[in-house]
Amino acid sequence: MPKVLDNVQIGPQNWKMLVRVPKLVEKARPGQFVIIRVNEAGERVPMSIGGLDRENGVLTVIYQVVGKTSALMTTIPAGGEILDCVGPLGLPTHVKKWGTAIVVGGGIGIAPIYPIAQAWKAAGNKLYTIIGARSQNILFYENEHKAIADKFYACTDDGSYGHHGFVSDILKQILDSGEKVGMIMAIGPVIMMKVVANLTKPYGVPTWVSLNPLMVDGTGMCGGCRVAVGDTTKFACVDGPDFDGHLVDFDLLTKRLNAYKEQEKNSFHRFLESPGCKLADSVKTLVK
Amino acid sequence: MADQKLDKKDRMKIPRTSMPEQDPKERIHNFSEVPRGLEIEMAVTEASRCLSCAKAPCVSGCPVEVDIPGFISLVVERDFAGAARKIKETNSLPAICGRVCPQEEQCEVVCILAKKFKPVAIGYLERFVADFERENKLTQIPEMAPASGFRVAVVGSGPAGLTVAGDLIKLGHKVTIFEALHKTGGVLVYGIPEFRLPKKIVQAECDYMARLGVEFQPSTVIGKSDTIDELFEMGYDAVFIGTGAGLPNFMGIPGENLIGIYSSNEYLTRSNLMRAFDFPNYDTPIIVGKNVAVLGGGNTAMDSVRTSLRLGAENAYIVYRRSEAEMPARAEEIHHAQQEGVQFHMLTTPIRFIGDAEGKVIAMECVKMQLGEPDDSGRRRPVVIEGSNFTMEVDLVVVAIGNSSNPLIPQTTPGLDINRWGNIIVNAETMQTSREGVYAGGDIVTGGATVILAAGAGKKAAKAIHQYLLTKKDSLVKG
Ligand SMILES: Cc1cc2nc3c(=O)[nH]c(=O)nc-3n(C[C@H](O)[C@H](O)[C@H](O)COP(=O)(O)OP(=O)(O)OC[C@H]3O[C@@H](n4cnc5c(N)ncnc54)[C@H](O)[C@@H]3O)c2cc1C
Ligand SMILES: Cc1cc2nc3c(=O)[nH]c(=O)nc-3n(C[C@H](O)[C@H](O)[C@H](O)COP(=O)(O)OP(=O)(O)OC[C@H]3O[C@@H](n4cnc5c(N)ncnc54)[C@H](O)[C@@H]3O)c2cc1C
Ligand code: SF4
Ligand code: FES
Repeated sequence: MPKVLDNVQIGPQNWKMLVRVPKLVEKARPGQFVIIRVNEAGERVPMSIGGLDRENGVLTVIYQVVGKTSALMTTIPAGGEILDCVGPLGLPTHVKKWGTAIVVGGGIGIAPIYPIAQAWKAAGNKLYTIIGARSQNILFYENEHKAIADKFYACTDDGSYGHHGFVSDILKQILDSGEKVGMIMAIGPVIMMKVVANLTKPYGVPTWVSLNPLMVDGTGMCGGCRVAVGDTTKFACVDGPDFDGHLVDFDLLTKRLNAYKEQEKNSFHRFLESPGCKLADSVKTLVK
Repeated sequence: MADQKLDKKDRMKIPRTSMPEQDPKERIHNFSEVPRGLEIEMAVTEASRCLSCAKAPCVSGCPVEVDIPGFISLVVERDFAGAARKIKETNSLPAICGRVCPQEEQCEVVCILAKKFKPVAIGYLERFVADFERENKLTQIPEMAPASGFRVAVVGSGPAGLTVAGDLIKLGHKVTIFEALHKTGGVLVYGIPEFRLPKKIVQAECDYMARLGVEFQPSTVIGKSDTIDELFEMGYDAVFIGTGAGLPNFMGIPGENLIGIYSSNEYLTRSNLMRAFDFPNYDTPIIVGKNVAVLGGGNTAMDSVRTSLRLGAENAYIVYRRSEAEMPARAEEIHHAQQEGVQFHMLTTPIRFIGDAEGKVIAMECVKMQLGEPDDSGRRRPVVIEGSNFTMEVDLVVVAIGNSSNPLIPQTTPGLDINRWGNIIVNAETMQTSREGVYAGGDIVTGGATVILAAGAGKKAAKAIHQYLLTKKDSLVKG
């Protein structure tokens, strides 16, 4: 079973877990993801690659507590184990020299955009990085991003840090400046990716997004992860998770993500009341 | 024993034993197995019906030519474990095949008795002896050949992969099974429901393989973690690909991405592999429909519709574009579904799905069909009756119209030839692919077929791989 080397809280709702999976790390490329199980009766939860330490075979996963499985993950101590971690899954993000390339990370998306930024930088691009979150205490990876970006911008919705406003404001300024941008990649909440894609469309700048539909197997076997891209239906786990943001039906994705909302909520509350629940009180209140 | 002295006429007078089953009214509220299995005396009586025909037609009806009269006569002698071992000479998975094989179109349909009476219940007996052997812990570790020093990688742990692994390990080769999912067994664990094939039986088969020394590596997707070529670099001497037909087909009609429309793979995987039928004791949720339409007429459709009843559907429909006679499901499953109150809408097909503001399916528009000229499959082609449109209220739809093959391995294996449907092309005798040392069998070669055909392909491949390794050894010695 994969060993958890570290598991620490890095924000009000976010944790960083380091898992030793040498084979997976050797094969993984930025943009891919893994599927984790933490207990026998548990779900298979997809998590993006939030960092790859190839020397030590260590995978970084940054996760947000939103329900039962992510809450359970917080209870695994350093030195503990998870049941399994399968991957790498999905196709890697395109890496090429486009000239100027922009990565946009919102919320938890700040994590997976980082290995992509590293790869784009290494490919010789002039790298602009925009990260954003609701508030300063949610931001993370700032120093990491700063260290490799040619230009770096942080935004908060509440103005507690950096630009007061959305990542799309900064992106618009860059596009309006007339600088030629070869490629944009945005990862974050669906609404953020939708806004970014709508913004860049009139400028004609290719904009890719990483989609996070509900998944089961992650190998193309179930079709639960299907998303509409242009006129076609794609399976995000094998055809993606990256897609051309100008063609994605974001509204469909949002609806499909809510398919089990009631059931998940009930399951979480039942879990909270069960004698076996070992969650810290501070974690219990995180799930709305 | 009196039974053995019966003459032919007496034997023919014995009526076919019927299988004790859970009452339909009860069973639609649980996931326990429907047929309970024969009692000892029932099995012995049923076995004594067999005439032990010299040129037994049942044997040629069986895709792997199990010595049917041979094992049945051991049942008459009450050597049940011996009977199980007799079957295992040609079929490693009798507890599974006894439950899921379509005997009515294989061995039983050609049974001599079927002409005038009812055929011997070969499937029931197969299940009986296999269960007897397992439940009484009479399973023996077979004689194992000395270690050959060769290593074989098996990709996929369905019936094809399990059979290859079991045969090769006995011949002295080291075998590793790589499986993408966290549980081994392929469709037997993620597809076929508990009420038809209890998962503990599949687990027992996998445990048995492990006892023989087969190494399992679950949660490993070949093509993503290692490619076939990398398996050779890692020191494997041969590779068997048994990855099944795991890519679900959809109808391609408007509204198909609405919430509440599942592929049968997703629906069954949630329920069987992830045990969503036991939500919230298990964490994976599943949509529970009141009015459930399952599209299709195969085993997968029957499994889905019967699952939906057990999860609480008030109305469970099979919607099939041809007529009942063309339905590919096993007769027994259709019969069980009817007993359980499934409503059959034959000669009907949906043309679009209708959703509400939240994106949930609430209805589907259908058209009626009539049967026209026979098509490539020899079945009469369904043709739309113009103007026959009508709407069905549904809140859950399961699309069970078949699977295609997953392209992952062909895409990552240069020189591996596939046909236009994406199935791997093999030599029909040796199961060898276009690549030296790479063999394939089961649904990835044939498209969706049956457990016994997959297991049979595994047998052939194991034989050929063994030959290949021996030849390799010779050339190593000489070279
Ligand atoms: C390719 C991919 C990569 C992902 N990467 C990450 C990551 O790096 N970090 C991270 O924290 N999460 C990531 N997710 C989302 C993560 O898988 C879900 O948050 C997780 O499965 C929730 O499990 P749970 O049991 O805690 O919550 P549940 O009880 O299952 O769900 C609670 C609520 O969370 C929301 N939710 C559930 N699944 C998803 C999902 N797939 N996407 C968005 N919202 C969801 C739903 O609104 C749901 O009602 C990724 C998802 C995909 C498909
Ligand atoms: C719902 C349903 C009901 C059925 N009912 C019957 C029945 O009653 N009777 C009958 O005879 N047949 C039935 N069948 C058909 C039968 O189950 C299949 O023909 C048989 O399982 C095929 O066996 P296989 O070994 O080729 O592949 P599978 O059983 O499909 O197993 C393939 C395995 O390979 C794994 N895999 C795929 N890709 C990779 C990869 N890249 N790396 C690692 N692992 C991989 C998969 O996860 C899977 O576990 C049914 C099928 C379904 C879906
Ligand atoms: S054909 Fe029927 S009667 Fe003859 S050997 Fe086979 S099972 Fe027995
Ligand atoms: S998650 Fe099952 S096909 Fe993508």
